[in-house]
Amino acid sequence: MGWFKKTKEIAANRKVNIPEGLWIKCDSCKEIIYKKEIQRNLQVCPKCNYHFRISSLERINLITDEGTFIEIDSDLTTTNPLNFSDTISYKDRLEINKKKTSLKEAAIYGDATINGRAVSLAVLEFSFMGGSMGAVVGEKIARATERALDKGIPLITISSSGGARMQEGMFSLMQMAKVSAAIARLKETDTLYVSILADPTFGGVTASFAMLGDVIIAEPKSLIGFAGPRVIERTIKQQLPKDFQRAEFLLEHGMIDLIVGRKELKNTIHRLIELFMPYKQEEGSFP
Amino acid sequence: MSHYLEFERPLEDLENRIEALRRLSTNEMESDIEPDEVNRLEKKAKELRSEIFSGLTRWQKTLMARHPERPYTLDYINMIVKDFVELHGDRRFGDDPAIVGGIGRISGISMFIIGHQKGRSMKERIFRNFGQSNPEGYRKALRLMKLAERFKKPVVTFIDTSGAFPGIGAEERGQAEAIATNLMEISRLKIPIIAIVIGEGGSGGALALSVGDRLYMLEHSIYSVISPEGCAAILWKKGGEPVTDNFSRAADALKLTANDLKAFKIIDGIISEPPGGAHRDPKAMAKRIADYITKALDVLQETDPVKLIEERYRRLRKIGSLTQTGPQ
Repeated sequence: MGWFKKTKEIAANRKVNIPEGLWIKCDSCKEIIYKKEIQRNLQVCPKCNYHFRISSLERINLITDEGTFIEIDSDLTTTNPLNFSDTISYKDRLEINKKKTSLKEAAIYGDATINGRAVSLAVLEFSFMGGSMGAVVGEKIARATERALDKGIPLITISSSGGARMQEGMFSLMQMAKVSAAIARLKETDTLYVSILADPTFGGVTASFAMLGDVIIAEPKSLIGFAGPRVIERTIKQQLPKDFQRAEFLLEHGMIDLIVGRKELKNTIHRLIELFMPYKQEEGSFP
Repeated sequence: MSHYLEFERPLEDLENRIEALRRLSTNEMESDIEPDEVNRLEKKAKELRSEIFSGLTRWQKTLMARHPERPYTLDYINMIVKDFVELHGDRRFGDDPAIVGGIGRISGISMFIIGHQKGRSMKERIFRNFGQSNPEGYRKALRLMKLAERFKKPVVTFIDTSGAFPGIGAEERGQAEAIATNLMEISRLKIPIIAIVIGEGGSGGALALSVGDRLYMLEHSIYSVISPEGCAAILWKKGGEPVTDNFSRAADALKLTANDLKAFKIIDGIISEPPGGAHRDPKAMAKRIADYITKALDVLQETDPVKLIEERYRRLRKIGSLTQTGPQ
């Protein structure tokens, strides 16, 4: 494998000279890969199958039929009830994140179809304040859930979040109860809820809607848990087991149903929707 | 001997003097103590108490909420619940001593009482895992609440935890799932549920016992999405200021007191504490709590279960503080 090491070194040495954005280093296997190759591969490392973090819009494109997604309530904003301020004010922090992501909040929801099937879809955006759930995110998840219930269409959520949003204090924490209560009403019907967990999903998001799916799917190798690994390490003063809180670890411990790669995600969701259809809506006759 | 917090020090002096005078006047037949001296000092202590405790900062309230002598769930159960039978286990994995629960009578009404439990001695604190529950605790709580629903018994919860336990086993056994399931299922139970924060309301671990028809807080209790220490560690890592200053700053930023949350309409009411805090007169505190429970139940017991659940959903659903600007 001499040549292998050599190219790696050369790539590393030449790093400064590489035209901006042409090459990318895999977070998992550290391999330098041509960016276009990753893009063609749905942002999945062709060497190690690591699923790069992608934006909420990319996730929407990944699982919905082209051009079918219609965003709802994009104009929801927080009133900043705590008037929170740390090194900068919460208001300014929100503005910075809006500029950075070209989104208005850490969640986006709306209607779409998946291989022709209508769904209510809500997706978290990790690059907007760590995908944290404040009042707006909570409200959007609750409304997406109520919409699924009203229209009798499946609810699909894709999570990627550090948890509750500290800057909204108890208003954030109570969103966990709010969205869970909305899902409780959905669960009294035969409306399907598929929850998809992406890297990373933690805290108040896992401890509410993300872990309440009728079917829970995780992306390969994604980190999922309640408490963050560093908090746990500090508390118990022990080293954590290898692959602790990885999707594979959760599958092994019975916490999720499936690990599905990006390439198969859309078809997997579609198949589940078809299979869970109530008899009267199922197309064709019984076998 | 009482435990005094830093800001109670002026009171400590005075109260020690009063106690010394009292001892003298009962021990010695003839005493040269002015008869009015004890009364005078007591009056002064009373004034000082009301001065100190009406003006507590949010960080001081946090310390009060964690006061080592503050009554815990089982203390209140012993004081106000008759014929209490503690029930154990989640029927899945184990019995979590950090959450206790059972059935008993308050003011003659049989009901389920469930709460976080901290320990007082070091041995007991370790046994109770410092009031930090594992998934089994939440699952036990839900099992008991479902039992309550089947037998149409109301539920009272006492909230007092710094948070759910962050451990390997807790993650392996689904800490997040256990909390989420509680939030979801409790929202639909067809029985009245009254939640009372008696000390620390620490994040998701506290929330898992908070869903219900009434949410009250004791005057010097706190409820927060993150501890002031945790918040300060995230925000002001490189700050050169003294550490407690940052805790104080974080507590102020988080707005975690009963007064704050009443103003935000997140809680329904504040149960006032005896002068100097619940631990200065636990019996009086317990009686006030029992009064709140029976008063709330008078209304809730008369409410149709379907309406009760609808109202519970509506209460949660409106928590937000949002604006919608309209299409742009």
